[in-house]
Amino acid sequence: MNGVLLYALVGVGLFTLGLYALIVYPHLLRKILAINVMGSGVFLILVALGGRTPGTSPDPVPHAMVITGIVVAVSATALALALMLRVRAATGQARLPEEQLE
Amino acid sequence: MEAVTVDAVSMFETVTMLHWAFDAVLGFALLWLAWLALTSQDLFKAIVLFIAFGLLMALAWVRLDAPDIALAEAAIGAGLTGALLLSALARLKSKHNTRADHEKVDESEVHD
Amino acid sequence: MKKLMNPKSMTEIVAQQMLFRLLLVALLAVMLTGLGYAVLSLPLQAPGLSEAVAKNLETSGVSNPVTAVLINFRAYDTLLEMGVLLLALLGVWSLGGEPEQRESSPGAVLDMLPRLLVSVLILVAGYLLWDGGHAPGGAFQAGSVLGAVGVLLLLAGWHPSARLVRLPLRIALVAGLGMFVVMGMVLILMGRRLLEYPPAQAGAIILLIEATATLSIAITLASLFLGGRPNSGARK
Repeated sequence: MNGVLLYALVGVGLFTLGLYALIVYPHLLRKILAINVMGSGVFLILVALGGRTPGTSPDPVPHAMVITGIVVAVSATALALALMLRVRAATGQARLPEEQLE
Repeated sequence: MEAVTVDAVSMFETVTMLHWAFDAVLGFALLWLAWLALTSQDLFKAIVLFIAFGLLMALAWVRLDAPDIALAEAAIGAGLTGALLLSALARLKSKHNTRADHEKVDESEVHD
Repeated sequence: MKKLMNPKSMTEIVAQQMLFRLLLVALLAVMLTGLGYAVLSLPLQAPGLSEAVAKNLETSGVSNPVTAVLINFRAYDTLLEMGVLLLALLGVWSLGGEPEQRESSPGAVLDMLPRLLVSVLILVAGYLLWDGGHAPGGAFQAGSVLGAVGVLLLLAGWHPSARLVRLPLRIALVAGLGMFVVMGMVLILMGRRLLEYPPAQAGAIILLIEATATLSIAITLASLFLGGRPNSGARK
């Protein structure tokens, strides 16, 4: 109807991009960015699929869930950043240690 | 009346095509900005691109008939998260990391 | 940087990393197509809960359906979310005290910007809070704009005085969640279920809850930006 499927697919793409960056990069700040991008992708899917109502006004329940989700995501990001700074203070760098590939 | 009806229909189709084009460009820009933000070498550039990504997300929320989410995303997702990330990056890069001096937590409790 | 503690050579490690990365890309491509197929195979029309919300909107006390869902129909979720905000702040506080602020004079822009913006932003936040009942807006949007005011002040070098930091800060942080819980308890004592507002007073209850929630969200977000327990001692 109003580009609902398009935004849902964009959300799926964002989720996959975020997951790739989360796995590949060892730097903690990049992981935090990746998690935020994944979260944005999931929110896009939720709201896009909530816009499939027969009328003109979309389903307000996914909207409420996503607003809640955005606020929770920012507080989780703040906590994750504080943890990253603690890791940096304890080990000297903000990365996960390189693993030995066996 | 025939010509007027046909014009109205074609105008409606043009507007719908414009909507589709806008949505397609916005969707592609979202994916591309996310990729740039996640893979750029400089962390500062990555965070700034992430803020821009948040602002484009606010546009996407408007396109999805979700103005409440657009307000929240612009203020929180782009603004506040960007400020948090930049502040953390500044603390990460500062060589005088005197956080350890201000610790009130006993280190032996943390590393058990 | 790589210490060669096992007999594998550098090129072998690089080749193995490339293999893992290719495997990851292949798996993610499979996941992408699977999710895309799942999304595309959903029905094009799905009313969801929009009809139920529209039917009960008059008894909710507001006319903005998102606000009605957030503060009335799904009030328990919002209560728990205020709890999550508080928990995140407690987590940040438990990780240590406030990071050391370097003394630096703000530039010309940062000197002028708070003076211009702070009063305007407070007005905007108040408007968003009041407007949330019948137009896009509400407690979270207003709270985040007020939180931005707090962040702006912190960036310009302001620090809450020691008197503000001990008790009033804690009261403001807990007020949002506390108002929810108190309202729920009062309603239970009145004989209704938890957070089931009487339709006659629902508008006033929602505004009261939203106002305290705005204050709480703003102060929580600004405290999260501070990055640690605020110093209650004297600052230089």
